[in-house]
Amino acid sequence: MKTTGTPIEKTLSGGRVIAAGVRTKKTRRRGFNQAWLSPIILTPTMIAIIIFVYVFIGITVWVSLSKWGTLRMNLDLRDPFGFTYLQMFAMPRWHANLRNVVVFTVLFLTLSMSLGLVLALLIDRKLIGHTILRNIFLFPYALSFIVTGIAWRWIFNPETGINLLFDGLGINHLITSLGGPPLKPGWTTDPAVLFSINDWLGHIFPAVKGMSVQLGIPLAMIPVVVAAAWQLSGFAMAMYLAGLSTIPADLREAARIDGATEIQIYRKVILPLLQPVTVSTAIILGHVSLKIFDLIFAMTGSGPGFATDVPGIFVFDMTFKATRYNLGAAASVVMLILVSLVIVPYLWSNLRRR
Amino acid sequence: MKALSFLLPNRESLPKTTLDYLSLIFLFLCMLFFLMPLYVMVVTGLKDSTHVSLSTMWNLPTRLTGGGFMEAWQRLLPNLGNSLMLAIPATVISSIIGSINGYLFAKWKFPGANVLFAFLVFGMFIPYQSILIPLIQWLQSIHLYGTIWGLVTVHVIYGLPITSLIFRNYFANLPDELLEAARIDGAGLVRIFTRVMLPLAKPAFVVVGIFQFTNIWNDFLFGVTILPNPQAQPITVALNNLSGSYSIDWNVVMAGALVAALPTALVYIFLGRYFIRGLLAGSVKG
Repeated sequence: MKTTGTPIEKTLSGGRVIAAGVRTKKTRRRGFNQAWLSPIILTPTMIAIIIFVYVFIGITVWVSLSKWGTLRMNLDLRDPFGFTYLQMFAMPRWHANLRNVVVFTVLFLTLSMSLGLVLALLIDRKLIGHTILRNIFLFPYALSFIVTGIAWRWIFNPETGINLLFDGLGINHLITSLGGPPLKPGWTTDPAVLFSINDWLGHIFPAVKGMSVQLGIPLAMIPVVVAAAWQLSGFAMAMYLAGLSTIPADLREAARIDGATEIQIYRKVILPLLQPVTVSTAIILGHVSLKIFDLIFAMTGSGPGFATDVPGIFVFDMTFKATRYNLGAAASVVMLILVSLVIVPYLWSNLRRR
Repeated sequence: MKALSFLLPNRESLPKTTLDYLSLIFLFLCMLFFLMPLYVMVVTGLKDSTHVSLSTMWNLPTRLTGGGFMEAWQRLLPNLGNSLMLAIPATVISSIIGSINGYLFAKWKFPGANVLFAFLVFGMFIPYQSILIPLIQWLQSIHLYGTIWGLVTVHVIYGLPITSLIFRNYFANLPDELLEAARIDGAGLVRIFTRVMLPLAKPAFVVVGIFQFTNIWNDFLFGVTILPNPQAQPITVALNNLSGSYSIDWNVVMAGALVAALPTALVYIFLGRYFIRGLLAGSVKG
């Protein structure tokens, strides 16, 4: 947290010298030991957290198991137990949700982390303008997902924006001269699913053939992924830059003296040392993408044929529009479980190490 | 912390090798990609509604007028005020409580403190969808549902994990000898906090303050579910409503997006270094 050489740092090192000088057995006894006060002062916070996080999660789990599926509250447990979950997992819309969240997470993580890594490596070469470039790349992180979503929705409007660039930059001219149809994707308005693997998968698991949901990449998801990567690759870059600055310069120097080329230094020295950063970044961005809501809400909503529907949107629709509280709660519990699978091991390894 | 040394001013070198030139070209292209939405927002926002057309999206405005800004400003001004009324108190309160928690978790450990801390920090990662139903019920029962103060309370409570975490990481980096020395001088837990730790914690307050302000300003989920009344809504919700109407005036929407982004953008431009510290500190390790 602190930079070296600040006035604070100097005060601190001064304090250390004094403290070390006077710490003897005799003087130590005079100091108050008020450690017992610490848990007492922390009690209100912990009570708040227990109630607002853990008890509330417990209530939500209860609601998901209850009969409360209309405006009238009914907290009796549903029979058979967990029937709402069974219903949900039988819904084609929920299948689309699960497909979408997997597709979004994979594409978004790949794009934002590889872009973030490349940007960090290039910025770290400390060429002219690297400070201002770094600030530009991280800037979108300071914005609201709503702002991002609205701007990109306009850019991916099929009648203008990106599609206009396909014409203007001569890309369509090139394609038509090669005999292809001009490129004019419907983006967020198109329910098409690209690279559908249903047929192929159907050969292995015949059950897939009967599925109502196309397994593949929904075209409408691509603009969302681009927008999310635009907003968050800067975060990945900052994580990698922080990681890069802990790699001692001697290490690169040593590799250079040993005759390693620039590319080899990156591949053999730097990238392996960045692996812990990759894990942390993937976990943080991964949990963001499992929770994604605002961006999609502002950009596409559920999308054509639920092409961009994700659990965050599903919960909102079921709880606040359809007032099917038990169904909304069940979906949110699944979200929580997915996020916990990612976060709990991370917290465990991070906090245990101290 | 060494990991943040990249934020210190560096000497910028001129390109020498081919790899250097290729890097610069790639970075330049990325810069165009990152600035593109900003360009679109500014250019569209500055156009009159009669001049916004689908085929001329990338063109600069031909006439210099206020474009959509006047209307966006008028329509969003009350919500801008709501967001300030919301973000400022929530940031201040959650930072103060977070500083106390962080101090205790860092310097006055007791048996089980680390486990409690893990339970606290987990609270910042949960999808808030999974607590919304009981939260709204609770707010209704204490008559804070639909009010700014209700939303302030919510942001304070769910801000506790992140503020406590950043402060704990900060205080943990201060040497224990500092505390020992003050104890020898007869200071207790409270006095050490007010006289020794708080004066040293200014940078942490800046980091936490900026981070919380940005988070709360940019929040949408709590705002849209807890404040159904359009007059009371924060700016992100109002902006979304503006863009959701059937006949969209894109110039007004884009201008509105810029208005909504302005406060956090200014914070980022002037205090970017602290902002980056906050977001890296939020990745649990300090």
